[in-house]
Amino acid sequence: MAAAPESAESSKGGGFIGWIDQRFPLTKLWKEQVAEYYAPKNFNFWYYFGSLAMLILVNQLVTGIFLTMHYKPSSAEAFSSVEYIMRDVDWGWLIRYLHSTGASAFFIVVYLHMFRSLLYGSHRKPRELLWIFGCLIFVLLMAEAFMGYVLPWGNMSYWGAQVIVSLFGSVPYIGGALVDWIRGDYYIADATLNRFFALHVAALPLALIFLVIAHLMALHEVGSNNPDGIEIKKYKDAQGHPLDGIPFHPYYTVKDLFGVAGFLLLFCGVVFFAPTFGGLFLEAPNFEPANPLQTPPHIAPVWYFTPYYAMLRAVPSFAGTQVWGVMVMGAAIVVLFFMPWLDRSPVRSIRYRGPLYKIMLAIFVLSFISLGICGLKPPAGIYPTLAKVCTILYFAFFLLMPWYTKFDSVKPVPERVTGHA
Amino acid sequence: MLKSCVLLGFALFSAGTALAEEGGIALLQSGTDIKNTGSLQRGARNFMNYCSGCHSLKYLRYNRMAADLKIPETELSANLMFTSDKPFDTINSAMPKDSETWFGKEPPDLSLMARERGVDYIYSFLKGFYVDKTHPSGVNNLYLPGAAMPHVLAERQGLQKPVFKNEPDDRGSARMVLVGVESMTPGALKPEEYDQFVRDIANFLDYAGEPVKGKRQSMGVFVTLFLLVFFVFAYLLKKEYWKDVH
Repeated sequence: MAAAPESAESSKGGGFIGWIDQRFPLTKLWKEQVAEYYAPKNFNFWYYFGSLAMLILVNQLVTGIFLTMHYKPSSAEAFSSVEYIMRDVDWGWLIRYLHSTGASAFFIVVYLHMFRSLLYGSHRKPRELLWIFGCLIFVLLMAEAFMGYVLPWGNMSYWGAQVIVSLFGSVPYIGGALVDWIRGDYYIADATLNRFFALHVAALPLALIFLVIAHLMALHEVGSNNPDGIEIKKYKDAQGHPLDGIPFHPYYTVKDLFGVAGFLLLFCGVVFFAPTFGGLFLEAPNFEPANPLQTPPHIAPVWYFTPYYAMLRAVPSFAGTQVWGVMVMGAAIVVLFFMPWLDRSPVRSIRYRGPLYKIMLAIFVLSFISLGICGLKPPAGIYPTLAKVCTILYFAFFLLMPWYTKFDSVKPVPERVTGHA
Repeated sequence: MLKSCVLLGFALFSAGTALAEEGGIALLQSGTDIKNTGSLQRGARNFMNYCSGCHSLKYLRYNRMAADLKIPETELSANLMFTSDKPFDTINSAMPKDSETWFGKEPPDLSLMARERGVDYIYSFLKGFYVDKTHPSGVNNLYLPGAAMPHVLAERQGLQKPVFKNEPDDRGSARMVLVGVESMTPGALKPEEYDQFVRDIANFLDYAGEPVKGKRQSMGVFVTLFLLVFFVFAYLLKKEYWKDVH
């Protein structure tokens, strides 16, 4: 956003801020990124989740730093050190529950944030790179969550790591060596825990922060999409500001503050009254220390991975290898990156799309949730069949997209945004 | 759209919680209450007298327990500390180092048993012993078949015998299935008294699994009230700022 020339002049005024502004673009950054970043005025419910994801990222970083001060990353001490945090460290229980609940909340918020894109076409040109940065954040977040889950060194941590790491063993030729290289030992052991700790607290958070900054820079370069899926830059006032845009600050800062209040009500409800969330956020077998000799009766990953885990199990082994399931699981993530080019609809928003896209999106959401349930359940009864069907539907949504979006009917798109929330 | 998503979310979560209840004989409802200090005190007494000989609570300290359960220090050291004379010590069992051979396996630490298996499991387990002469300890357990633990509370509860039901299998041949237990000989406690006795132990182990649980829930009420007020003011602030957006 180009700042008005007179404000650019006054930004290098006197006083302390003026002194800084002559040496560092503080006021310029503030204006460009916040106070004079014009966002469409018609954001609705679905637009809260970006700022909420930022809030949770900060929560995870801050609580994570304090957990790191008391946690011991060794197979002999990790489990006890978590109980030490829960019992002997002042407010340790609260810090840990904020962190563990934050992990699940992160995925809820990110899934809803991504779903918003499917609703309003936020991934479409010119926001392809913004979407790709987002997908990379999602991939890193999954790696971060997986490694974080191993750190308490409970029995589910151990066997979850065992299952996920052994997936790499299905890679042809180098699989066995690759698994040894990842584990740093011939089984999930102290060396594995140490390197996962290093990745969880240093490497991945750093990469995540860089990607979040890139995501925001790309967003502020192209401007936000909106529920009508139209550009607001077409109609500008005398100062060059979009007629349908309002400055992010104060309008969206106060609106997001309201969103934060609503989110915190739900979040703290879980933290204080149901931190294990019925075994979904903290699984019961993880209150038993890691035991290489005793497999839990049923190994299920945490809920946010279960849709992909269900796909992995849904694909039968073929030609003597399980690699196909691993490939399908990977493809389920990779296909997300191609969304901007798979979607051929002349309109962005679901408001002006035809019935085909709406039906496909509904099927996609249902199959994703069904896969999540299948991944939680032991593979018996109806679940294996359901998982197979839903895996096919999941991919049908993406792979058939070029056709059904092209031939779908569309409604006329308005010139200006409709209403505001 | 929003409504259907919320509904689907609920469906997903209830499916997840239902998962924990699958398989085996249904557990009994323990009806414990972590805020009932009297019950926790009796549970601590019962645990120290009947369980701590073999089972440790290695993550719980005596003085933490005394403070949380409002047990005076004199009472603590006189009647509850059998394995240590230092109140800040954790609760260890009286078992010597080589004791894993006594029962075929080492009695597990119970600090987190309530978090791992649930209070209802502990309550059911302590009510699930029945006479089984084929087993080295002379008893077996309805909720943990082949349990190595002897019926330590037999003198309190009395003995129970198994109840079988004839359930033909898939091919129609007769098969006896264990479906429950019934009292055989009475113990020192009446059945309701015994229920309360083991309910107190289950409640105490729930406390031991997460000593801060009661405090956490009480604090949660105030946090929620504060956030409700914050929510209202945040809404009013948003409304005030957005007055001039048309």
